[in-house]
Amino acid sequence: MTARTLYDKLWDSHAVHVEQDGTTLLYIDRHLVHEVTSPQAYEGLKLAGRKPWRVDSIVATADHNTPTRNWNKGIAGITDPVSRLQVETLDQNIKEFGARVYFPFLDRQQGIVHVIGPEQGATLPGMTLVCGDSHTSTHGALACLAFGIGTSEVEHVLATQCMVMKKTRSMNIVVEGTLGRGISAKDIILAIIGKIGSGGGTGYTIEYTGAAIRALSMEGRMTLCNMSIEAGARAGMVAVDEKTIEYVKGRPLAPKGAQWDRAVAYWRTLVSDPRARFDKVVTLDAAMIRPQVTWGTNPQMVTTVDGKVPDPAEEKDPVQREWYKRALKYMDLKPNTPITEIRPDKVFIGACTNSRIEDLRVAAQVVKGKKVAPSIKLAIVVPGSGLVKQQAEKEGLDRIFTAAGFEWREPGCSMCLGMNDDQLSPGDRCASTSNRNFEGRQGPGGRTHLVSPAMAAAAAIAGHFVDVSNFNG
Amino acid sequence: MERFTRSEGLVAPMDRANVDTDSIIPKQYLKSIKRTGYGPNLFDEWRYLDHGEPGMDHSKRRLNPDFVLNQPRYRGATVLLARENFGCGSSREHAPWALLQYGFQAVIAPSFADIFYNNSMKNGLLLIRLDAQTVDRLFKEAEGAAGYRLAVDLEAQTVTTPGGEGFRFDIDPFAKHCLLNGLDEIGMTLQHADKIRAFEAQQRERQPWLFS
Repeated sequence: MTARTLYDKLWDSHAVHVEQDGTTLLYIDRHLVHEVTSPQAYEGLKLAGRKPWRVDSIVATADHNTPTRNWNKGIAGITDPVSRLQVETLDQNIKEFGARVYFPFLDRQQGIVHVIGPEQGATLPGMTLVCGDSHTSTHGALACLAFGIGTSEVEHVLATQCMVMKKTRSMNIVVEGTLGRGISAKDIILAIIGKIGSGGGTGYTIEYTGAAIRALSMEGRMTLCNMSIEAGARAGMVAVDEKTIEYVKGRPLAPKGAQWDRAVAYWRTLVSDPRARFDKVVTLDAAMIRPQVTWGTNPQMVTTVDGKVPDPAEEKDPVQREWYKRALKYMDLKPNTPITEIRPDKVFIGACTNSRIEDLRVAAQVVKGKKVAPSIKLAIVVPGSGLVKQQAEKEGLDRIFTAAGFEWREPGCSMCLGMNDDQLSPGDRCASTSNRNFEGRQGPGGRTHLVSPAMAAAAAIAGHFVDVSNFNG
Repeated sequence: MERFTRSEGLVAPMDRANVDTDSIIPKQYLKSIKRTGYGPNLFDEWRYLDHGEPGMDHSKRRLNPDFVLNQPRYRGATVLLARENFGCGSSREHAPWALLQYGFQAVIAPSFADIFYNNSMKNGLLLIRLDAQTVDRLFKEAEGAAGYRLAVDLEAQTVTTPGGEGFRFDIDPFAKHCLLNGLDEIGMTLQHADKIRAFEAQQRERQPWLFS
């Protein structure tokens, strides 16, 4: 048999029907649902008189609109009536149509859909998994084919349990070597996006391989796969190894007993064959990756902490030059400004990229026994889920953060996109562990610098970006 | 799905690379549970000088006179000319809804983000990929002559300039078929319901843990 990539294996094992031109009906094992991209899909289903094909494939939660404070007020804690209606609409739809598990607003296991999927064992190796959310690529860390879809596709999957699609090309991103001190998965993926561009992965499915990827924890791999979409790739993945299996073991929805052994035997096959061919190969040396900071309004506008804001005048391509100029104007930055002279006034640690327990441990380690700089107007930590929050509190991380001057919040998407009250005000500059620095993303007129949790924590203490690889506060 | 066959209309040039879906339709409008009403909020933060929220009377807001779509010469445009990687970022289908509800029927660019591409085609918004040089030329022509129009013919897969010059574009045959006929994809997929059930039964055998 010809050598196959992990992507080939996942694709082939889910093809229900293939047309002559390659258009495939792809079976979907897991459908994650949240409140923002599902109401119109359920409405469409109802209007057509259809029912969900397989209710037990659905795992749902409310995360985008939910507040990170005032949970004691119950549903009234969602002060915006439009947001509240969206959250209540999900409640109603799940009540009417059903789900395998639902973590509604205020549930102690509620959280960001891309955090709770793996955490609950709702995400398993070998699966096809979709969600009406572009950061569904996160779940590829568990060697599954996971990608974001639009609302029409949400309705399609609800009604048919399938996606109609063509196979993408494959890209292998190889990161060999060892990461330096203080460098994380976030720095790897930002460096990759800086190298291939925000459209570099368009039309591809990425598999990340190499010693530096194998050395990452499962949570690090989730951070890595999460931002595949910021490189344009709908899906990113990492092959199964012992860490994958160890991670899944014992999770609420993971197989148990004899089924566990059978599952593990199958999961061990979820690696690319040694001679499998990729359409494109990109290589990076982990030892060369420095802490990354974005300076512009697109994740590919990124440099290292010891770098400078680029000068648009040096760009040869006129479209690129205009794009850079516009970004610098929006960001209120001058060409050639050293990154370490940029002073955020807000700090956000959270989002589906970096809100897991390891992220919070790393950030807490940096701020322990120190104080947030007086120039910082707001520093918040938003755990990715209720379970992450409880674990952090058990370890005393909440007290480390609050003693340093951070606010410790309830879980949710929060200031990554500001659909709730957690938003930047016009002109605010934020060191953020989220995934998008687009204009207005964190709030109208807000300016976002994407960084790792350690870098965000260090910036909060120093009042400006600092090289966390030799930061002592 | 809405049918698309051909369209001829005024062209608006959006001269920015990597336009993301957050810019096409900002987050606050994603709170709606409806499929309609997004047209007034297309490019909201660029189009208006004041901040918009759902429920406002957007016709009373202050327009940004410098924004391309607010220039009188582009009023009523149905073809949007854009730069590379248009529609990158979030999977929000509200982005093609907003473009369509504003009045656009087609977008021409060198490249589009994958999820945005699918979302658009499923709503009858035709996305046309032309090479960067051709797009660049169309930009110059559209900016150079007021009232510049383009004709789009999906059947023939051509974009034709006022001067009669035609550019052929590629499109996936299945997507073309669906667009031309305005087909209900769910209905089409359900014609394979037996195959889906058979696959599901096999999957249940092979990986029973996925069904517990």
